[in-house]
Amino acid sequence: MTSPILSHTFPNGLVLVAQPMQWLQSAAFSFLVPAGCIHEPAARSGLSSLVCEMTLRGAGPRDNRQFVVDLDNLGVEHHAAVSAARMSYGGATLAENLPAALAIFADVLQRPRLPEEELEACRQTTLQNLRAVEDEPSEKAMIELRRRFYPDPWGRSSLGEQAALEAAGLDEIRAFVSRQFRPQGTILGVAGRVEWEPLKDLVGRLFGGWQPGDDATFEEHAAPGGYLHLPYDSAQTHIGIAYASVPYRHEDYFRAWGAAGALGGGMSSRLFTEVRERRGLCYSVYASYHTLLDRAGVFCYAGSSAQRAQETLDVTLGELVRLARGIESGELDRLKARIKTELVMQQESGFSRASSIAREWYHISRARALEELQGIIDGLTCDDINNYLAANPPGDFTIVTVGPEALRT
Amino acid sequence: MEFLTHTLPNGLEIVAECAPEAYSTALGFIVKTGSRDETDEVAGVSHFLEHMAFKGTATRSADDVNRELDEIGSHGNAATSEETTVFYAPVLPEYQSRATEILADILRPSLREADFETEKKVIVEEIQMYEDQPPFGADEKCRAAFFGDHPLGRSVLGTVASIEALPVSAMRDYFRRRYAPGNIVLAAAGRVDFDRLVADCQRACGAWETVDCRRVVEPPRPRSGFQRLTRESAVQQYILQMSPGPTSDDEDRYAAKVLAVILGDDSGSRLYWDLVDPGIAEVADLGHIEYLGAGAFITQIACAPEDAEEVYQRAMQVYRTAHDEGITPAELQQAKNKVRSQLVLSSERPARRMFNVGGDWVYRREYRSLQNDLDLIASIGLDEVTEVLNRYSLLDGTALSIGP
Repeated sequence: MTSPILSHTFPNGLVLVAQPMQWLQSAAFSFLVPAGCIHEPAARSGLSSLVCEMTLRGAGPRDNRQFVVDLDNLGVEHHAAVSAARMSYGGATLAENLPAALAIFADVLQRPRLPEEELEACRQTTLQNLRAVEDEPSEKAMIELRRRFYPDPWGRSSLGEQAALEAAGLDEIRAFVSRQFRPQGTILGVAGRVEWEPLKDLVGRLFGGWQPGDDATFEEHAAPGGYLHLPYDSAQTHIGIAYASVPYRHEDYFRAWGAAGALGGGMSSRLFTEVRERRGLCYSVYASYHTLLDRAGVFCYAGSSAQRAQETLDVTLGELVRLARGIESGELDRLKARIKTELVMQQESGFSRASSIAREWYHISRARALEELQGIIDGLTCDDINNYLAANPPGDFTIVTVGPEALRT
Repeated sequence: MEFLTHTLPNGLEIVAECAPEAYSTALGFIVKTGSRDETDEVAGVSHFLEHMAFKGTATRSADDVNRELDEIGSHGNAATSEETTVFYAPVLPEYQSRATEILADILRPSLREADFETEKKVIVEEIQMYEDQPPFGADEKCRAAFFGDHPLGRSVLGTVASIEALPVSAMRDYFRRRYAPGNIVLAAAGRVDFDRLVADCQRACGAWETVDCRRVVEPPRPRSGFQRLTRESAVQQYILQMSPGPTSDDEDRYAAKVLAVILGDDSGSRLYWDLVDPGIAEVADLGHIEYLGAGAFITQIACAPEDAEEVYQRAMQVYRTAHDEGITPAELQQAKNKVRSQLVLSSERPARRMFNVGGDWVYRREYRSLQNDLDLIASIGLDEVTEVLNRYSLLDGTALSIGP
């Protein structure tokens, strides 16, 4: 039992993509707004996070407190986040409360109050988040790795910088919102117990009057790459390694993704087996695929006590290089089994489907049904993946370490 | 939705909430053992043993275990707490039998010495990983201070020294005493073929020998006090506080959870409005945790070091006001709406139901459907919440602050 995916593009450019899942009691939504940190002025790193925080401090008829109280009373589990390209607002609640929840977020996107009296509190909140990451060396390593791997502004961290956050003013926040919060480029994914036609009408009513704006442009600067060590007083050395791969919309995507899965996904993956199980070098070691619209990378992490970190780095790099020689059919079969399970289990969660279909629309301007994705995965062969790997061997690694001592690369 | 149980002749219990329309099946073997069942000589052995279960059995190598769990697409894992060690696997229904067989098999690990020595290093890495992460081990230290020499004060991870000194013979002995069939519950939820589950479990576990592993549960004598620990490299200050709360079989534990939402949920609560919304604290939460014969409210705070004193005092003032003036009907309704929605959303995953059904059985030998829980939450009135506030003081606890 699965269900089709329906979509509609409104005249102002807003895309609604939905999967009715009548077997659930809940419904979920995921808004992707083209207001990521790549759109921040260079001297205002973190502005997008400040904006995100401010948009949640009252919108339309609701002040800050009423906004939270109303969402709580509707039982909406919600969250907001900023990535390179997008600001996302997601939530899930009992199906009968979805229309009221969408109406509240229609205000957030079109009529945020951005109240002056909340600015200092929001600034403090973003500064707290920035400080908190200083106490998480593993996260620090991965943030710095993205910064060095992708060309600026794509590698930016939305957490921002202290001086920029302290200097940002209300006029800049308001300007960012009026420039970036616009219907064209905004995608709303909905999944769960919903009826398509009433949903489409509702979204049309809530967002029909939203006026399109201009598309943003920005300059790119080359990625630094190479090796960076950040001295840190920690028990472990936290190692991040990245190499280039193909983005989601590329025809080789599933081959590249399959190779990364064999490398670092699951308990029988190469990194888990060689770094943790055989040698006991790590507790946490993994590789994950990260894709932007037109570039992507495989990001590996390993955390090892300082005196064993050099061996961990050497073994991990060895596995990355060895991957180019190809994977075996057993590795692919296990990957397929894990993905099949994941895809089926997505149907148990409206939120998981809503965010997946919205993300997919962002990348390829459509959303595939689970059967279609399953078909693509079923069709993957070892030869496909190995030919891809032979033509695109992992290399030119960007490396960041955070810990007591630098390593030899 | 049907709830079924079966007990094997050797005492192993099987409980399942069967939902034929579900997409997946969740299985979990819950072993009633954890750090509270340890002594100083074997500190950390429960958690270490959980790791060793994945290192091979009489018929499987460590690679086989990992490979076969991946072959059935399982994002399975294991977790050790003060009171239980759980091995679980959410899988597609077609893999129910294989998942049962693999999980049962790893509950009879070989505990080979070479694997033991390799895995020791992984445990040491895990301990060091937590030392680098907020709150830098302060959660275990706070629990130790709160429970004093009561077994619930013991560390789950152990220390680098206790793990390095642990001989494999001590683990084998602990295993024999604690992993007996009468001390294990197999819980399942989702699309479960119960007859097959029983048959598979009988085949895999039927020959396990019965051992008496009753646990003596003494009531703790919680302590109060305030400790400061220095971690110079930290940027934020982290404060934890534990104070007594309802135990796992107290009727008022639901009212306690609603109270924790009202006072300290991460959004819309009194601590939120007082400390998080104005940006004074990064985190200010209140939660309730229940054990066999013990319970606690836990406050967690993270903020800038220079604000720590003020933030802590303001949190205590929030509690004082609640004790003095109670809560309002609007707050209660808001919290109940929120909890109701959370329960429904989380229960859509069989994996979550498995943990709930298994936990209810292990702790109280009872079955509670989602509807039972929703009805109970709906029935909570101001009186019940006030009663919790009267019975347990949120101010009288053990606090620990760590940071620069």
